Amino acid sequence: MADSTAGPGNMAQEPSTGELPPGNRRSFLGALLTVGSLSVGALLSVPLLRFALFPLIRRTTELKSSPVGELSEFSSLTEPVLRTIQIEQVDGWRKAVSEKAVYITKDGQGQLRVLTSVCPHLGCTVPWNKEKRQFVCPCHGGTFTMDGNRVSGPSLRGMDALQTSVEGGQLLVQFQYFRQLVADKEVVG
Amino acid sequence: MHSEQKGTGLWAWLNHRTGVDDMLRTALYEPIPGGARFAYIFGSGLLFIFLSQIITGVFLALYYVPSADHAHTTVAYITKAVTAGAFLRSLHAYGASAMVVVLFLHLSQTYIYGAYKGRREILWLSGCALFGMVLAMAFTGYLLPWDQRAYFATAVGTNAASEIPWIGESIKRLMRGGTEMGTLTISRFFVAHVFLIPAAIFALVASHILLFRKAGAAGPVKEDPFHPKLKTDLFYPRQVLMDLSLTALLIVGLGLLCFFVPLQVGPPANPADAQYIPRPEWYYLPIFQWLKYWHGATSVVGVLIIPSVVAIAILGLPFLDRSVERRPWKRPAAMGAYAFVVFALVGLGLRSQYLDRHDAGVAQQLAKQEADEDDYAHQLFEPELSSASLAAANVTLADPVAAKGKTIFEAQSCNACHGDGGTGTAAAPALVGLSKKLKAEQVGALFQHPTAKMTAGGMPPIDLPADDTKALIAYLESLK
Repeated sequence: MADSTAGPGNMAQEPSTGELPPGNRRSFLGALLTVGSLSVGALLSVPLLRFALFPLIRRTTELKSSPVGELSEFSSLTEPVLRTIQIEQVDGWRKAVSEKAVYITKDGQGQLRVLTSVCPHLGCTVPWNKEKRQFVCPCHGGTFTMDGNRVSGPSLRGMDALQTSVEGGQLLVQFQYFRQLVADKEVVG
Repeated sequence: MHSEQKGTGLWAWLNHRTGVDDMLRTALYEPIPGGARFAYIFGSGLLFIFLSQIITGVFLALYYVPSADHAHTTVAYITKAVTAGAFLRSLHAYGASAMVVVLFLHLSQTYIYGAYKGRREILWLSGCALFGMVLAMAFTGYLLPWDQRAYFATAVGTNAASEIPWIGESIKRLMRGGTEMGTLTISRFFVAHVFLIPAAIFALVASHILLFRKAGAAGPVKEDPFHPKLKTDLFYPRQVLMDLSLTALLIVGLGLLCFFVPLQVGPPANPADAQYIPRPEWYYLPIFQWLKYWHGATSVVGVLIIPSVVAIAILGLPFLDRSVERRPWKRPAAMGAYAFVVFALVGLGLRSQYLDRHDAGVAQQLAKQEADEDDYAHQLFEPELSSASLAAANVTLADPVAAKGKTIFEAQSCNACHGDGGTGTAAAPALVGLSKKLKAEQVGALFQHPTAKMTAGGMPPIDLPADDTKALIAYLESLK
């Protein structure tokens, strides 16, 4: 550690050329150094902050829209068509690809509607019953119309429609899971 | 402590409670014989880079995963996707090079100024240990991105250890965590790079500074190493300003370099690539070239004996050189040895480069490797497919019967209750791992005659054509 002889008083080397007495000059320098170091530190912390706050700047998890097929394929639907779509779920630097069945059908106005095959009651996969021309859930017997509205059974709401978009003639769908056993459609996950 | 508080105000109070002002005074009012000089700036430059390495390293660990499966993906993610990721990673990687450069300057200054003399043996030894630790940090950190460059350079680096007689093979296996490079190698290098060596560096830096303050600054070459006679100036402010000028230079230099020429990430390590020509980072080129000259029976001389003699000579320097003479022009042998070592290192490094450039085959392959790196660096980041989705996809690829079973599983709405891929839902249990509990025949029997518990849960008997039943069972057995 510093010699006892080396106190602030031992400054024989200090040339006193300035106007100010050495003490003042010293504290001015100190202030300059502090301000300088702080501003450099602040500057360097910008990339550090951008790096750490990346999840606030960009999306790090994402459920990508999945292509269902050409729009023209569904122009003359008479009953719901089952399609298996590939869902790509991005989670930071990894992604999970899974398959999910959806129905392409038409609503009352003749507009395309994509329904998830997950039953809003307890999550079973709902098949289309050709004879009854209804969706009939195999688990607890819930029934739904062609455009997914609830007819009967334990479910508190109709089948869930998914968000769709069209890109270059392709029908895209954003797959989502919805809370079961409730009357209102509510996204989960 | 019953000392009275000196002065009034917040700072005096804080100092009375913590001693912060006294500590600051001790740090800043270090006496320097002969006053401040630019020759003395390298030590604090090293301290600054070390600090920067710690900070950038900790931040990089926010995204990095040390495993052969994910290391490269996560580094590519940092470099290509994360905001400021390329900049921070470059700062860390280029910082390592800057560390080696400034370390060389610090060591040269100490040696040329004879600043190791005069009861500074342990100070010198702690410096030597730090030198080794910095090189070890560079070596272990280099592997972590697990790209082609990193993988093959470390394969060669660890292989070199096996040239040591008797214990070489064991050292290699210990470093690699096995006979081959693999995911255990990353774990070992990561633990060394992030926990062990930094801990050692903290301890050594503390002891180095402590020992330095105990011995006192050596001052200019004409100063007596035992009994300084020159008038002293204090560390603050002139030496602080000079030290900060190097720090500022490093910040500006590294910052510009990282911003305009950020470090790329190369293609992922491919151990099967027999064409790849490994080359180490520039500061390891002299050793790399040196090892090329030693093979077979004589290798023990080049790999063990000569390096050991050099290491002992360096470590023992303050014990061997007992003269108090510090002026370089009065120490021709010491300066000759220094010039020889520097000349040899530079010569070996240049020789290595020269040989690479003048061997058409090697030059071509190295150019191709660089082009591959460039190509990979310009591709967009592609997330890694999770192993769970790979397993699901592989079922359909591996066994056509099981693949047919999968379509039946879905067509019969088995997935309605048992979930996609048999992962289970609220309505019915998971079927994954069924093959461990039940044989195929038992599953078939349950299809026809479900247990009471199954029936109660809503599971109907399954009546399918024999082929379909077989396919369905094959699919269920494949769920692992």
